Amino acid sequence: MTKALLQVRDLRTHFETRAGTIKAVDGISFTLERGEILGLVGESGSGKSVTGFSLIGLLDPPGRIAGGSVVFQGQELVGRSQAEMRKLRGKRIAMIFQDPAATLNPVLTIGQQMVMAVQAHGGTGQGAALELAERSLARVGIPDAATRLNAYPHEFSGGMRQRVAIAIALLHEPELIIADEPTTALDVSIQAQILAEMKTLAQESGTALIWISHDLAIVSSLADRVIVLYLGRIVEFGPVADVLRAPLHPYTRGLLDSLPAMADPGQKLRQIPGSTPSPLNVTPGCPFAPRCAHADDLCRSEPPAVGDQHHGAFCHHALPAPA
Amino acid sequence: MAQFWREYRENWIATLALAVVVLIVAAALAAPLITPQDPYDLANLNLRDARRPPGFVGSGGYVHWLGTDAQGRDLFSAILYGLRISLQMGVAAGAVAFGLGTSLGIMAANIGGKIEQGIMRLVDLQLSFPAILLALVLVAMLGQGRVPLIIALVTAQYAYFARTAYGAATAERQKDYIEAARATPLPGRSIVLRHLLPNCMPPLIVVGTVQIANAISLEATLSFLGLGLPPTEPSLGMLIANGFQYMMSGRTWISVYPGIALILLIVAINIVGDQLRDQFNPRLRR
Amino acid sequence: MLGYIIQRLIQSAFVMLAMSALVFLGVYAIGNPIDVLISPDATQDIREATIRHYGLDQPLWRQYLAFLGRLLQGDLGRSFVLNIPVLHLVLSRLPATLELALTSVLIGAFIGIPLGIYAGYRPESPASKAIMAASVLGFSVPTFWVGLILILTFAVNLDWLPAGDRGPTVEIFGVGWSFLTWDGLRFLALPAINLSLFKLAMLIRLSRAGTREIMLSDTVKFARAAGLTDFTILRRHVLRLISIPLVTVFGLEFGSTLAFAVVTETIFSWPGVGKLIIDSITSLDRPVMVGYLILVAFLFVTINLVVDLTYAVLDPRLRRGRRV
Repeated sequence: MTKALLQVRDLRTHFETRAGTIKAVDGISFTLERGEILGLVGESGSGKSVTGFSLIGLLDPPGRIAGGSVVFQGQELVGRSQAEMRKLRGKRIAMIFQDPAATLNPVLTIGQQMVMAVQAHGGTGQGAALELAERSLARVGIPDAATRLNAYPHEFSGGMRQRVAIAIALLHEPELIIADEPTTALDVSIQAQILAEMKTLAQESGTALIWISHDLAIVSSLADRVIVLYLGRIVEFGPVADVLRAPLHPYTRGLLDSLPAMADPGQKLRQIPGSTPSPLNVTPGCPFAPRCAHADDLCRSEPPAVGDQHHGAFCHHALPAPA
Repeated sequence: MAQFWREYRENWIATLALAVVVLIVAAALAAPLITPQDPYDLANLNLRDARRPPGFVGSGGYVHWLGTDAQGRDLFSAILYGLRISLQMGVAAGAVAFGLGTSLGIMAANIGGKIEQGIMRLVDLQLSFPAILLALVLVAMLGQGRVPLIIALVTAQYAYFARTAYGAATAERQKDYIEAARATPLPGRSIVLRHLLPNCMPPLIVVGTVQIANAISLEATLSFLGLGLPPTEPSLGMLIANGFQYMMSGRTWISVYPGIALILLIVAINIVGDQLRDQFNPRLRR
Repeated sequence: MLGYIIQRLIQSAFVMLAMSALVFLGVYAIGNPIDVLISPDATQDIREATIRHYGLDQPLWRQYLAFLGRLLQGDLGRSFVLNIPVLHLVLSRLPATLELALTSVLIGAFIGIPLGIYAGYRPESPASKAIMAASVLGFSVPTFWVGLILILTFAVNLDWLPAGDRGPTVEIFGVGWSFLTWDGLRFLALPAINLSLFKLAMLIRLSRAGTREIMLSDTVKFARAAGLTDFTILRRHVLRLISIPLVTVFGLEFGSTLAFAVVTETIFSWPGVGKLIIDSITSLDRPVMVGYLILVAFLFVTINLVVDLTYAVLDPRLRRGRRV
């Protein structure tokens, strides 16, 4: 077996607060191959964004990686200095964020910001950097890229702004892009466009993609594999088609039932009963047990394990696959 | 309240500053009891004792721990009496400015329309104009004395309260509970007094604290420039000004000790104000 | 952009009009100028003649219009004490004050902004806490007291720098400047430092607050994710973003610096307009007071205008009529 691009083993990210330690990411493991698109799905507070920030080393204090390992192209990233991580960021691992209106600096031109991102990694001259920026803009489908370099972010529409952000992420042709809900703030029609373009771009350049979203539907149209998170732990993982067709975990089942696109016509949308409990007092057993219809004493005391490496669920009572 | 106090004590600098403020205020209040001399009673002053260094035993038979000034006043006594005046001026001006500014601000927020615009225009115009200039001109026109001085200080400061009260009241008015209170048959006055005012208090307390310090500082500056109280009742600023001419000849204590007292007071009040601001600010809370 | 400038110019003219009315009312209407103008033992005839001569028998609004008319012709009256035109007097003293104020604002900006950015970037470090403690001091200690200590330390005890007067100046366009000679700079040093401390403290606080907020923003996160060094982020992103609020404060502060120069000029016997106003207040020289106030108001309005226009340059979102 060839070496995977990214191997995450038992990653734990904790936030020390006055009220106690919040285990935002509590023992997550997964593997990502080159060029693969992985969907990271969960509600807010599930730890999906924190996972992304942990990988790239950009946790806000008081957050810190409390344990586990992240091996990227054979190199361990956990425990590296900020200076070493910086050389990696943007160059080999890039990240895009939810709200492009907030990520781009409103008082600098797109060109200035892109040149800065180019020059962050080596002494590219102004002219060469601008050329690279222009090519990258053209690649994400921004017309008239050369003149648009002189425009300010507020002169772009929301979708165009996010394309600019993607173009910045693509500047150095990174091996991995982490996308943290980049389409959530956009109109649905533009969402679809960008998803399609991202898929093509990833395929063309062989870039692997971690797509963080609360929306299973978006991930299903884009990703090869999906990981479902709940309260900082993985509840289910597997190829997108399998997970959608035959969810094993009651939580995944619940998520699917609450999607309009997945429900049968005329059928009422179902909600998952209860709400996400406080991350401060997670039960020793299965984190979903307090809300689960199938939970018993075993669920409440023993954390579930998983056997199958292809498609599996951390559940004592995995649902039977439909016939 | 207990919670607030516990949080306050977590910052030892602020706790120390509060202790300093309490100590200075207590010493100023008790000045007639703990000073060896009444510095305003000219009969007590002996020119033979003038400009003596700290530790000198004067004709009064007691030790001048901080030395004497050009008129032979015991500096320790003069400083405590000066603090009394500075504090009186600061608190009086602060209180009047608080009342006037808060009323104007809340009135503007509540009435709206032309009155709101008129008041706030005036306030903004005044805020952009340096307080010290206003105070200078007013004192120059009204003459010296306590009342003109307080008028000058209030004019220079009420706008800060008005701005703060206006800001807090407009923000507060948009909240649901005021809407809910409006729906009840309570008269408008009682909505303002019972609901609006209490919720505007935190920022006003912070501004009030800082403005008392500013008033004291401004009064000292005016006195230093010779535009404050008459020389028969020297406040700290005037004590410092009187000592200024002797500084060059090495008799530094006449200016320096009153200055230290003034600065301790102002800095301590400002630190307390800073801590209150941090504690009232929900955004800095973890 | 041009329409915007014209609009702001008209606004400024209105503010000036309001200020002139306030100053007129403040100085002429409150208190009785006759007491100052006429000696108590003058005869009734002389009294009435003087009152008529100065137009003091006219209704207030007429007096104001006459005042305004003279003002527009640049006539601010004559100093009672020195008997020279007020405009001439004030303008001859203005360069000294402008030089002092500008130097101190520059000192404040070049030291205060970097320190504030650092304190906002590393809020928990001991150096930042020291910077903040120093700024609390600079904020609360009265200017006149700092001036005294500066004189005591650097002029009396160490004897490094002169503590009074302006020293030699070099004439350019008929105006004397201190900053062009070494000796002139030595005379400028202490007053400028004295006047700058308040500004320094304020700029430290503002840039710290701005930096703290911006460092937590998505803009900085995204820049970090692109691999920018923290130094580049501070220099290019943060500095640029905080410069917008700073310009406003900077402008307003320049105005208040002119006002606080009153104190500094008195302590250091700096021959600027601040010393002039104190002298005119003590000698009840009303025309000089009015002239000074009108001039300060004019400077204020001009600075505000410049600040607003600078805004438009710094913040592209405010620029209008740009082709997209």
